[in-house]
Amino acid sequence: MIGALAILLGLQLVGEVAVRWSGAPLPGPVVGMVLLFLALRWRQALPDTLRTTAETLLSHLSLLFVPAGVGIMQYGALLAEEWLAVAAALVLSTLITVAVTALAMQAVIRHWPGAHRHE
Amino acid sequence: MNKIGDIWVYLATSPLVWLTLTLAAYLAGQWLFRRSGGRALFNPVALAIALLVPLLLLTGTPYATYFSGAQFIHFLLGPATVALAIPLYLHWDRVRRLFLPILMGLLTGSLTAIVSAMGAAWLLGGSPRTLLSLAPKSVTTPVAMGIAEKIGGLPSLTAVMVILTGVLGAVAAPALLRALRIGDDAIKGFAIGVAAHGIGTARAFQISSLAGAFAGLAIGLNALLTALLTPLIASLLPFHAVP
Repeated sequence: MIGALAILLGLQLVGEVAVRWSGAPLPGPVVGMVLLFLALRWRQALPDTLRTTAETLLSHLSLLFVPAGVGIMQYGALLAEEWLAVAAALVLSTLITVAVTALAMQAVIRHWPGAHRHE
Repeated sequence: MNKIGDIWVYLATSPLVWLTLTLAAYLAGQWLFRRSGGRALFNPVALAIALLVPLLLLTGTPYATYFSGAQFIHFLLGPATVALAIPLYLHWDRVRRLFLPILMGLLTGSLTAIVSAMGAAWLLGGSPRTLLSLAPKSVTTPVAMGIAEKIGGLPSLTAVMVILTGVLGAVAAPALLRALRIGDDAIKGFAIGVAAHGIGTARAFQISSLAGAFAGLAIGLNALLTALLTPLIASLLPFHAVP
């Protein structure tokens, strides 16, 4: 488990350094994710410890958003003033985005049968 | 009596209390979620926040003090993002076969998320600062905060918008996808991930491991595309917030 954590943190570190070095507009952890994916594809194997550590972390993914979410307490005044604009933007935009993404994917699959190659 | 005061003085400066209470609030949120029979409205993240905020206000604890303890949890968002490579690796065959639908879903979804959030807030009289803080709301917290900073929004306000978006997506997306008659777990997961990042992904993993993998893929791809698109869109606006 410690080895697996070292791999995850190490690749995040490499990602953060690479992003700062190159000035690319990418988030460091996303670069780390790409690097880990490429390493797994190259080795064609997934160590069990890495798999269980990652699955533990990902099964509690929503916990990790709680600290940032509590930050809402700082914006009572702003939200009281602009609550309608904020609430409408969040609700409409989230629902429309889910619908547009799903319908676009389904349309591509229907109209380009070749895009969805069955085995 | 004095002893309790002394202990509180010690605890108030140590990260231990708020770290423990964050875990406890989340466990309570999960318990309520299960007790409700898994009803989407009882979102564990929203419940945990709803428990912690009144507690902080009642004890007069500033957010910075809370965060000095809770940051150890917040920090794990980084390695968790790296870990998303693993479901992606496990489902890679399916991802490769769906390359074109994924590309189209990503392009339309990412653009829709940014433009519809800013447009709706603008129509209803949102301030420029609020609009710019809302723009990257569909991508994962650390990335969204970086984008907001770049275009002149408030990063900490963006973090709040990101969490609210995630909770909304987790609560409403499965029912919406059912209403749209989307049957494919890969499409469901990807759409939830594009709109509602990690909190949506946690929900997608409850649908199936395949849906979770596609949601995780969407987090990474949408983070990349939104980081590229948002500054371009913001530069077209008739106003600019002072960075």
